[in-house]
Amino acid sequence: MSAAMTSLERVLTALRHAEPDQVPLFLLLTVHGAREVGMELEPYFGDAHSIAEGQLRLREKYGHDCLVGAPNATADVEAWGGEVVYRADGPPNAGEPLLADVETIRTLEPPRIDGNPVVARSVRVIEELAARSRGVPIIGGVVSPFSLPIMQLGFEKYLLLMSERPDLFERLIALNEEYCVAVANAQLAAGATAIGYADPMSSTTCVPPETYRAVGSAIAARTLARIRGGVAMNFASGRCAAIIDMVAATGAVAVQVGSEEDLAEAKAAVRGRLAIIGNLNGIRMRRWSPVEAEAEVKRALAAAAPGGGFVLSDGHGEIPLQVPDETLHAIADAARRWGRYPIDWAAG
Amino acid sequence: MSTQLADPGRAFELALLSTDDVAARREFSAAAQREGTYAAMDSLVVPALQRIGEAWEAGDLALAQLYLAGRIAEEVVTAALPATRPFFAGAPPIAIAVLEDHHVLGKRLVLSALRAAGYGVTDYGRGISVADLVARCAADRPRVLLVSTLMLPSALRVRDLAAGLTRLDQRPALVVGGAPFRLDPELWREVGADAGGRNSADAIELVRRFLGGAR
Repeated sequence: MSAAMTSLERVLTALRHAEPDQVPLFLLLTVHGAREVGMELEPYFGDAHSIAEGQLRLREKYGHDCLVGAPNATADVEAWGGEVVYRADGPPNAGEPLLADVETIRTLEPPRIDGNPVVARSVRVIEELAARSRGVPIIGGVVSPFSLPIMQLGFEKYLLLMSERPDLFERLIALNEEYCVAVANAQLAAGATAIGYADPMSSTTCVPPETYRAVGSAIAARTLARIRGGVAMNFASGRCAAIIDMVAATGAVAVQVGSEEDLAEAKAAVRGRLAIIGNLNGIRMRRWSPVEAEAEVKRALAAAAPGGGFVLSDGHGEIPLQVPDETLHAIADAARRWGRYPIDWAAG
Repeated sequence: MSTQLADPGRAFELALLSTDDVAARREFSAAAQREGTYAAMDSLVVPALQRIGEAWEAGDLALAQLYLAGRIAEEVVTAALPATRPFFAGAPPIAIAVLEDHHVLGKRLVLSALRAAGYGVTDYGRGISVADLVARCAADRPRVLLVSTLMLPSALRVRDLAAGLTRLDQRPALVVGGAPFRLDPELWREVGADAGGRNSADAIELVRRFLGGAR
């Protein structure tokens, strides 16, 4: 038997729709790193070295196949000058929307990337991870231009903007595209292997498929064409089964599907075009026993792992802090035990 | 729209989903004239919102459609009520809040649905703490408290809220909703709520159940 692949080789093989030595496992632990380095979440998210250290310790602990280089989605709000609300037991939240009056979109300018302390922090995280690791994918991340206005305006005001003010909608999207492309490319230049493109607004949970066809997918295609690296789509638990064929046409290399989706159907729909990432239920995960964790891992592997093109992960892109170490160990152990190719046990 | 007249409920639903507020108002007015305002809410508005909620649950409709439909339904019904709102005078108090979180769309959807169904609802806003919410309930004595959350930590804080409400001399029925409760159908029970709703139409049903039909 050949030597085990590195995590990077394993992931790249999966993304080429082939079978690596074993199914890659992404434990997308965005907040657990603070616990590893003994910090409260607010100072942790403000310190690039601590984030990098936390990520490296988590990978050492669980042996999964990625490092999360951009663990905080609200960074894209903070970079624009928006309010971020921290809490002790979970990820920060976007606070009061940045744009109280939609008319301010007329004169709004995107934040400068060079010298922006928030962008610089995410770049430093990735630089440190790249310097201190070898053969491990580093996942950068951006909020999509189409989804960022949920936090910039608030969801309700954004829905009204879309339907009533197409001129301002177009301008805001154009500004967000410039910002998104610049941040993603800065992360890639710093050493990120790929970019997670968080686009919950495009999910059919939020907008109808025809809106994705006309708007969300067009924005994604324009944006991804300018990002100089591989991009994985993420809908933050939103549904995507009805649009997954269109997702494959945006230029993405992979799609993370939510825990409400049928993994086997998703795999069949885009086989050979998009790798599938997913779809353990991070909310229920906190109550799983080790036996349940193993069963859930086996369910996901049986549905989507045979033939390659699959990365085992949660379905949201963030595992809650309330998921205990014991469960994470059980998931990692089960992935190693049952995820070794060929996965012939799944046929039965 | 004349082809829809044989089924006013479907015609009203279609008007909501096509964001045709003129047609929605026409259908509601016709039903209110035939049956009275309350009866029209029950026969026309509530079933339409229930079908729309179920369609979202099934993945056939999106939040954007739910929001616009609920907003039109709310506008149509409230416009048909007297401006001074004696309609709601003496109604059993219902309150709604976003616990700790700052995303308000879920609360907005439920508010619209309840108002369109003829319920007066006091909005406590967003980002409200457990202590503040208990204090508001102590002062206002709502019969039903609806709580929306987006993040799991906030959903878990409902446990503290339920404990705080239990210490009141009149504990409201506690109904929860939001993404964590949708992704984990057992969570509402775990945190000590009295019920969990999966969509805004569920909220109408649950409020009805806890108010025993009063409105």
